[in-house]
Amino acid sequence: MTTRRPSPYPYWFVLPAAVIFTVLFLVPTVASFWFSLTRWDLINTEFIGLDNYRQFFKEPFLVQGLTNTVIYAVLTSGSKTVIGLLLAVLLTSGLRGQGFLRSVVFFPVLVSTIGVGITFSVLMHPTKGLINLGLAEIGLPRVGWLTEASLALYSIAFVDLWKGVGLATLIYIAGLAAISPDYYEAARIDGATRLQRFWRVTVPLVRPATVTVVTLSLIGGLRSFDLIWAMTRGGPGFSSDVLASVIYKQYQAGFYGLSTAGNVILFLLIALIILPLTWWFNRREVDL
Amino acid sequence: MTARDARRQWITGMIAMAVATVIFIVPFAFIFLTAAKTKQDASRLLFTWPEQWQLWQNFTEVLKARNYMLLLAYFNSTVITVGAVAALVVFGAMVGYVLQRRRTGWNKVIYAMVLVGLMVPPAVVPTIWVLQGLGLFKTIHGMILIQIAYGLAFSVLLYRSFIATIPRDLDEAAIIDGAKPLQVFFKVILPLLKPVTVTLIVVQSIAIFNDFTNPLYYLPGKENVTVQLTLYNFQSQFTTQFNLLFMNILLVTIPPLIVFIFFNRQIVAGMTAGAVKG
Repeated sequence: MTTRRPSPYPYWFVLPAAVIFTVLFLVPTVASFWFSLTRWDLINTEFIGLDNYRQFFKEPFLVQGLTNTVIYAVLTSGSKTVIGLLLAVLLTSGLRGQGFLRSVVFFPVLVSTIGVGITFSVLMHPTKGLINLGLAEIGLPRVGWLTEASLALYSIAFVDLWKGVGLATLIYIAGLAAISPDYYEAARIDGATRLQRFWRVTVPLVRPATVTVVTLSLIGGLRSFDLIWAMTRGGPGFSSDVLASVIYKQYQAGFYGLSTAGNVILFLLIALIILPLTWWFNRREVDL
Repeated sequence: MTARDARRQWITGMIAMAVATVIFIVPFAFIFLTAAKTKQDASRLLFTWPEQWQLWQNFTEVLKARNYMLLLAYFNSTVITVGAVAALVVFGAMVGYVLQRRRTGWNKVIYAMVLVGLMVPPAVVPTIWVLQGLGLFKTIHGMILIQIAYGLAFSVLLYRSFIATIPRDLDEAAIIDGAKPLQVFFKVILPLLKPVTVTLIVVQSIAIFNDFTNPLYYLPGKENVTVQLTLYNFQSQFTTQFNLLFMNILLVTIPPLIVFIFFNRQIVAGMTAGAVKG
């Protein structure tokens, strides 16, 4: 055996991080597959096979939580992508008060979600809320934003957009800054209109930013909990429940096995959506 | 630019400002005004000037509520944030450094773990089970370790992409001068990482300070409250005292506001660098 000089980049540098990450993240994640197959009171486990999953898919309100999760994630991610791009284009167009506007749009990103949730549940109050008073002012009927079962989830998605669009805008502003002005110059010489320049130059060339915004907001949307919990606790009924709130409710009720099964389902759902998407994004990149 | 174009741009600017003001500033103004009102005035939930300003009185009342719980919460949140962020800086940078500098098979494993950490939702109840086994459930240091575990992936990615811009010649020069690996890292590399460290500190401290879900699960109990948990608890307690509830929201919003005012530029630079390259 030859003696090697030890590398100046020793692997024990990774050790502290690896220990914490393994013990508090990997071990529970791997263990969750086992615990999801048991009836569990945190001390004793009783193996019950796929019963938790069977129960999950038999209960209509749990399945609704699953569909709501997908609707909520697609809706918030889609709207953040579109509005974020439009805002970024507007805020890089040399507008008056541009710097001020950028700060204003970004600030809600930093504010606590619980605070935002409470504030908007007051603003969306059915009779006294500012939003409904404003609607009444211009002659429109009052809306039960959070009290109507068919609306609650969408109202929360709107607040999520309000809070999170600043981050999407920021990422797009960085993406736009990386596009060389030559492309716009060339397009202009070729006689492209404003709209054509947007579709044919801006949209294809901000792709990396789009990939980031879509992936980040989709993962965030699929996992979101605190805003929903602060605004409706999943109600009225179970109409705005998502997987994360279902997981919390089952945990509170002491159904630890079922709660963990919900976690595994959430994990599989994210993998099922994000992995093909990432693969598709990467494939498209080669074509360009 | 023609005069017509200039005028059009000015008008678009004005419209954008007006819309942004209504959509983004009114809710914050509402928080502030409600926090300054009397109990009856606030319960009307109207967007009006307070009949009588009592910011200070509401402030002291919220502070005293539940035996100065908010002060305890500020203390706990600060300890958790400072502890976790300090570890995230050092440990994250160390991993990012080895990951970027040493290209071996292990790197693929480490990188895969980073991606897992970014995407996989934490398995909550099994984590509680592990914490209980270690005697860390319901403790502040347990909470700090959790925040480190959950924040590592992002820190490593951010540091790795930044370390790529630091020439290897610097490490080599230090090694030739006889520096040990730890000395190279702490005396040469870490000081050069200052811009990205500032970004990381800002981004992670806001995320951890504002975190609600993790303390809710891993840190139950009255003596362990964090600021977001007090806000959540006050929500049910103060349903008839909106002035106090909103004063609480206002107080919880002040730390991020200060960070925002001081580090606005860094947040923008860092978030975009981390997000787009990551």
